[in-house]
Amino acid sequence: MKILSTLKIAFRALRRNKLRSVLTALGIIIGVGAVIAMVSIGNGAKSQVESQIASLGENVILIFSGSVTASGVHTGWGSAGTLKIEDAEAIRREVPGVVAVSDEIVSTGQVSAGNQNWFTRIYGESPEYFDIRKWPLEDGASFTAQDVRGANKVCVIGATTARQIFGSSSPLGQILRIKGVPFLITGVLTSKGLSPQGTDQDDIIIMPYTSAMKRVVGGTTLRGIDVQVGSPNDLDPAQQQITALLRQRHNIRPGRDDDFTVRNQQEIAETATATARVMTLLLAAIACVSLVVGGIGIMNIMLVSVTERTREIGVRLAVGAHGRDILTQFLIEAVTLSAIGGVIGILLGLGTSRLLSIFAHWPTLISIPSIVAAFFVSAAVGIFFGFYPAREAARLDPIEALRYE
Amino acid sequence: MAEQVVVRLEDVHKIYRTGEVDVHAVRGVSLEIGKGEFVAFMGSSGSGKSTLMNILGCLDRPSRGRYLLDGIDVSGLARDELADIRNHKLGFVFQSFNLLARTSARENVELPLLYGTHRLTSKELTARADKVLESVGLAGREAHHPSQLSGGQQQRVAIARALINEPEVVLADEPTGNLDSRTSAEIMGVFQSLNERGITIIMVTHEADIASYARRNIVMRDGLVQYDQPVKQRFSAAGEARKLSDSVALEVEAPT
Ligand SMILES: Nc1ncnc2c1ncn2[C@@H]1O[C@H](COP(=O)(O)OP(=O)(O)OP(=O)(O)O)[C@@H](O)[C@H]1O
Ligand SMILES: [Mg+2]
Repeated sequence: MKILSTLKIAFRALRRNKLRSVLTALGIIIGVGAVIAMVSIGNGAKSQVESQIASLGENVILIFSGSVTASGVHTGWGSAGTLKIEDAEAIRREVPGVVAVSDEIVSTGQVSAGNQNWFTRIYGESPEYFDIRKWPLEDGASFTAQDVRGANKVCVIGATTARQIFGSSSPLGQILRIKGVPFLITGVLTSKGLSPQGTDQDDIIIMPYTSAMKRVVGGTTLRGIDVQVGSPNDLDPAQQQITALLRQRHNIRPGRDDDFTVRNQQEIAETATATARVMTLLLAAIACVSLVVGGIGIMNIMLVSVTERTREIGVRLAVGAHGRDILTQFLIEAVTLSAIGGVIGILLGLGTSRLLSIFAHWPTLISIPSIVAAFFVSAAVGIFFGFYPAREAARLDPIEALRYE
Repeated sequence: MAEQVVVRLEDVHKIYRTGEVDVHAVRGVSLEIGKGEFVAFMGSSGSGKSTLMNILGCLDRPSRGRYLLDGIDVSGLARDELADIRNHKLGFVFQSFNLLARTSARENVELPLLYGTHRLTSKELTARADKVLESVGLAGREAHHPSQLSGGQQQRVAIARALINEPEVVLADEPTGNLDSRTSAEIMGVFQSLNERGITIIMVTHEADIASYARRNIVMRDGLVQYDQPVKQRFSAAGEARKLSDSVALEVEAPT
């Protein structure tokens, strides 16, 4: 094959129709650009979710009362009421590697101060909670172990709750009525923003779990236990020992399901990033549609081009071109257009995702495999959509092509 | 005949089947053209000249009969084999030039080389094209596009393209059909000098004086050869050009 000659011919033909070449490539440019930008947005979202999950704290194991069915659908975590304060104490006492444990009670309720009302989430926790979650106070102080022992009526509040009830004035030292019970506010938490699921983490009140049990929620069971271990290597053994310990304490016979759920940070992250991955795929699929549209654009223009250049094809055939030479020429033209379009599209996509992260503050993350894939897909699009027009050109009869007006 | 036969037609027919009516464009032509001849086909419109030229040029195949080019029967060859013969042995000149637009004269002339079997570098391509362009009097115009050239110059580019592969036969269907008489004489001059170099030339023309530049005239009628005779009073391009420029010179000089 006279590949070099054919390449030369194709490039000369493209150069002769500069504007058309650019317009034809535009479809691919936009398609590839969209793919790159969309995938980078999706990946950005995924990595943001991951960093939010990291902000749950380091080396954290979460235990919920209630179990997860085999299919992974959970039956109301925390609602089963199977975890007790004594379970948390046993973990603290008996599981090696554990550095902090927080008993957790979760409820919601109406809170008020003066004539301001607000409906918010009410958490009962141990003082260690703020360390486990890496959640420092903005102002004031946390409650203490002393407060837990005495079930004192003290609490710290989240930034959103503080703003809703006290506006710009300081909530420190103020009395907040929680479900009618007056509590002293000892601290205000720093802002944590949205959770991976999209809830406002700052819309919260946190009090000693004993206070929550005795004075607000009632009952004697915990929704969950948050455990922190010393290092990532401790996660697995600690998780196994906790499971064994709790099964023993709850008298669960071998073969029966747990009545609690143990999750480490890793597993939670996997669930959340799976969601982000689905979103990335969805965005990429939409962008691929535009790539196909770009390919159809190439086919359309190539068909027009073949018709319009019928005489040119006739001349080429007359001076000795084989059908295959013509086929290769038009295929190379199509592939060159789509590959160059692909390269420009990649640059466009990179630029777009950069602009989105600078001006719209969207998290974006460029992935090298998606760039490589986009390039080869665009070249393949050129071959696929260029083949039919190229074959039409190759089949022309030299005399008819020469006579074509 | 002592001279070597290049083209030999044996009872060649061409029938176009278009819908219901069959057009019998060539109805049994037999003739021989020797190496180094300069033949002009004449005849009224529709007499089958172009049809015959297409067959001679291996662009088309006869419906019946045999065509031997250089002793090889080409009437039964496949599409790509015909393409190779067009590339190596034949050169075409068309009435409407058929140059590639927005392509330099040089690149137009290089075109047949790109489909040939030789492996030439860009430099060699350019050198060969420029040499042929120079031989048809277009030195210095290598980079010009067809739109920047006059009709006569465009036809010279087309002739250069036909010559680039050093063909045995140059075929031209009404090469001067789109040109004025003076430019036509120039083009005929180019053909005559090619012919003197031993290249066989077969052309079609409507004009009797253009046909007089050839050595042999064949007149066709209704798909058959009517007359086939040598040219008695042959025009020489050099002489005609002198006459033409004299008359122009007279017109220009008249007022003084
Ligand atoms: N592709 C074709 N399909 C059908 N009929 C054709 C075709 N080409 C030519 N013909 C017919 O064949 C006959 C001869 O045509 P041809 O073009 O050979 O004539 P010509 O001698 O070259 O005429 P002109 O001097 O006008 O160029 C005409 O009747 C024409 O209509
Ligand atoms: Mg004709």
